[in-house]
Amino acid sequence: MNSQIRRVFLVLAALFVALVGMTSYWLWKAPDLEARRGNPTLVVRQVTIERGRIYAADGRTLLAANRRRRVQGRTWYLRRYPAKELVAQTIGYSTLSRSRSGLEESLNDFLTGSNSDLHTVLRRTLDRLEGLTQRGNDVVTTIDARAQQVAMDALAGKCGAAVALEPATGHVLVIASQPSFDPNLVERHFRRAASAPGAPCRPAAPLLDRATQGLYIPGSTFKVVTAAAALDSGTFTPASEFVDKGYCVEYGKKVTNFADQSGPEVFGRVDFATALEHSINSVFCQVGQRLGPLVVLEYAKRFGFYSKPPLETPAGERAASGLYDRGRLLFPSDPNAVDPGRLAFGQERLLVTPLQMAMVAAAIADGGLVMKPTLLDRIVAPDGTIVTEPAPEELGRAVKPETAAELTAMMRRVVESGTGIVAQIPGIPVAGKTGTAETGRRDENDTWFIAFAPADAPRFAIAVALQNQAGTGAQTAAPIAKAILQALLGVNT
Amino acid sequence: MSLRNRELLNLLAVGLITAIGFASVYIARESVVSTASLTYGVFFLVLYLAAHAVVRIALPHADPYLLPLAGLLAAIGVTMIYRIEPDRALRQGIWIVVGLALFSAALLLLRDYRILDGYTYTLGLAAVGLLALPAVPGIGATINGASLWVRLGPVAFQPGELAKILLVVFLAGYLRDNRELLARPVPSAKHFGPLLLVWGAAMLVLVETHDLGGGLLYFSVFLAMLYVATGRWLYVAGGLGLFSLGAWGLYHVVPRVAERVSVWFDPWADPTGSGYQLVQSLYAISSGGLFGTGLGRGVLVAPVGSTYIPFLETDFIYSAIAQELGLAGAGAVVLVYVLFVWRGFRIAMLADDGFSKLLAAGLSAAFGIQAFIIVGGVTGLIPLTGITLPFVSYGGSSVVANFLLVGLLLMISDHVNRDLR
Repeated sequence: MNSQIRRVFLVLAALFVALVGMTSYWLWKAPDLEARRGNPTLVVRQVTIERGRIYAADGRTLLAANRRRRVQGRTWYLRRYPAKELVAQTIGYSTLSRSRSGLEESLNDFLTGSNSDLHTVLRRTLDRLEGLTQRGNDVVTTIDARAQQVAMDALAGKCGAAVALEPATGHVLVIASQPSFDPNLVERHFRRAASAPGAPCRPAAPLLDRATQGLYIPGSTFKVVTAAAALDSGTFTPASEFVDKGYCVEYGKKVTNFADQSGPEVFGRVDFATALEHSINSVFCQVGQRLGPLVVLEYAKRFGFYSKPPLETPAGERAASGLYDRGRLLFPSDPNAVDPGRLAFGQERLLVTPLQMAMVAAAIADGGLVMKPTLLDRIVAPDGTIVTEPAPEELGRAVKPETAAELTAMMRRVVESGTGIVAQIPGIPVAGKTGTAETGRRDENDTWFIAFAPADAPRFAIAVALQNQAGTGAQTAAPIAKAILQALLGVNT
Repeated sequence: MSLRNRELLNLLAVGLITAIGFASVYIARESVVSTASLTYGVFFLVLYLAAHAVVRIALPHADPYLLPLAGLLAAIGVTMIYRIEPDRALRQGIWIVVGLALFSAALLLLRDYRILDGYTYTLGLAAVGLLALPAVPGIGATINGASLWVRLGPVAFQPGELAKILLVVFLAGYLRDNRELLARPVPSAKHFGPLLLVWGAAMLVLVETHDLGGGLLYFSVFLAMLYVATGRWLYVAGGLGLFSLGAWGLYHVVPRVAERVSVWFDPWADPTGSGYQLVQSLYAISSGGLFGTGLGRGVLVAPVGSTYIPFLETDFIYSAIAQELGLAGAGAVVLVYVLFVWRGFRIAMLADDGFSKLLAAGLSAAFGIQAFIIVGGVTGLIPLTGITLPFVSYGGSSVVANFLLVGLLLMISDHVNRDLR
């Protein structure tokens, strides 16, 4: 029987070799397995790093911090968000159960200290050699915590967003989106975080960043872009004369003036500046027909339309503005494919984000220059050294400085004596433009206000958009924009 | 050096390894070394020395490697269990004490294992009875889809672990008596009768209790012993054919079997549902690397306190070892099994009577095949069937039964070596 016993042993030994082989196979496959969702080793590696904190511009208000927890002899750093709903969509979340979003996702390398600048690499290596906890870099954002709070309070109970920029630098001072959510709930109570039962819109989508992803019909606020094209191309001046018959003929059909214009229903002979002041659709209809849709859209492109604004949030959380056809961005090659009159006063199939309209206001305020919008003031290493402090960056010139000056004067008249008088701030000149866009459903208008102040030396530009409104932009959005501007200017209300 | 002194030296080495293992888990957990971390090492050393003393008295000529190898596996198991869940390590420690106590009792009381030869059929029936126990209403308990447990008061145990040894004893006795007849070119059905009867009964019970791992184990051991007794590949081929047929039938009748097989084909088809266990096991194995994360430094326990892999300290303990001790550590564990099986087969080859040969070969094969089935399962080499990794997995019945298995092998070895001198 001995030869049989020997053979059985050899078979068993071969099976055991196969076991070691199989174990080695999975080692060899490790790089592939590591990237898979649900592999806890990767997640745990992330939470054993002391993630950098995220601050508002004051460098004190904490937007994201850590909570320590001892798990089996190891310190885990789990995220907590002291500011709760305040900037929830933009800051995002970093959790064990649902990966990441917002700046938590896009700045992950900095926050975990796995970015590759020399100082961080050196520090990381030293920490590892000494067996110390790896620490990430802190992020100081450009967000003005006080004005942000004012914006969130003013938007509370509504569906909409507000964005305020510093025209000269592109710094995002306010980026508010309502309904919002408490990022602390995402880890364990995701369903609760993702629902906003009281919100007056469907879907309520509190996780959606309406400031950068919300696409709304711009309505009359787009007249600023049309006017920029009209003036900058030299086709019209603020003094150009028009005849307002109360309607404009498009393809043989009448397009009547809209309810949010101020003054009489039919103006008769008016100049261009007065047309913007009172938001007269029939005049802009004529301007659009004269310029043609491609010129208007070309100028829109210069303001940043047709590309995702290069903010630091993840690309998937930003949307490009422009004409949309069946859910897809459309830049027409054939001018006849677009209705130029309706395009000129912001209807047609235009969809824009609040961030994009804030960039339009900021560009006019900054003499025609479009600045790259940024949320990043500086990134600081744990030892206090500055890892990066991005300088303001120009994206390009939208219009000539003279055009910007003319347009500023026209927009001042909107607030002084036109549709936007509610936005007046005592002692400070404000330039603005209202917008009320019909969505085709009664009492569900998209309403807007874009503005900058002080108009003579602009420091702040703003856009406010609301959805599902029964009133006009002047009635609904302008008071909110005014409140945020006052907070930014430090004037008491 | 005498056999027993060699054993003593080996056991001292095992005690040292155990102490180091515990100390490193302790350091990883508490960041300090304390005397408490060394208690376990000392405890095991004392325990093994006591067992060694018994062997020295009862079986002076027994193989000097089997006990240290078993002790090493048990120590590795307790260390891993301690790292995963300290409370369970204490209970496992108690079971090791019980196992070694029964081991000593068997050595001292059952001086000559050959008396078992006279009770072949009784033991065979006892094995079937033990296997059927969990199906008895009132005392049977179902855990994780398999009815393997018998609950008597506070103690739950798996009678299958003991039945494994009794079945091997039965097969050894039966095959020794009938091997010539079975080895004939055309054996008569008469000689297969009792064999198939006991066999069929055991298989029926297994299907009834849904113990797939057990079924696979007993069937493989049966084929191995049949081959050793008769030397006919035909039996092995026929057995494998029958097995494939049975497996095909089960695949279509028992949903649990179908699920296990489909998970084995593609673990990532449903990584959060049916494939979850295996997928998590593969993550753990792959993240270990060559030398592992170090004891206590792997990613095994979630912050809520539960383990990422369900049944980590029983079925999936190999995955935990592969992550924290790496390929080196996991390979070393596999090597220990190979060495154990080698020593066992060596005893079988040196033995001069058929019963001893078949018994030693059967016990060693059962030990090795059991290790292969579970490690093959958690690495995805074969479909996963729940069964313990001998001596390493958490579980009292397994530890106790395997110490009895070692005891039997040592008795045969002592007898063989005594004759050789």
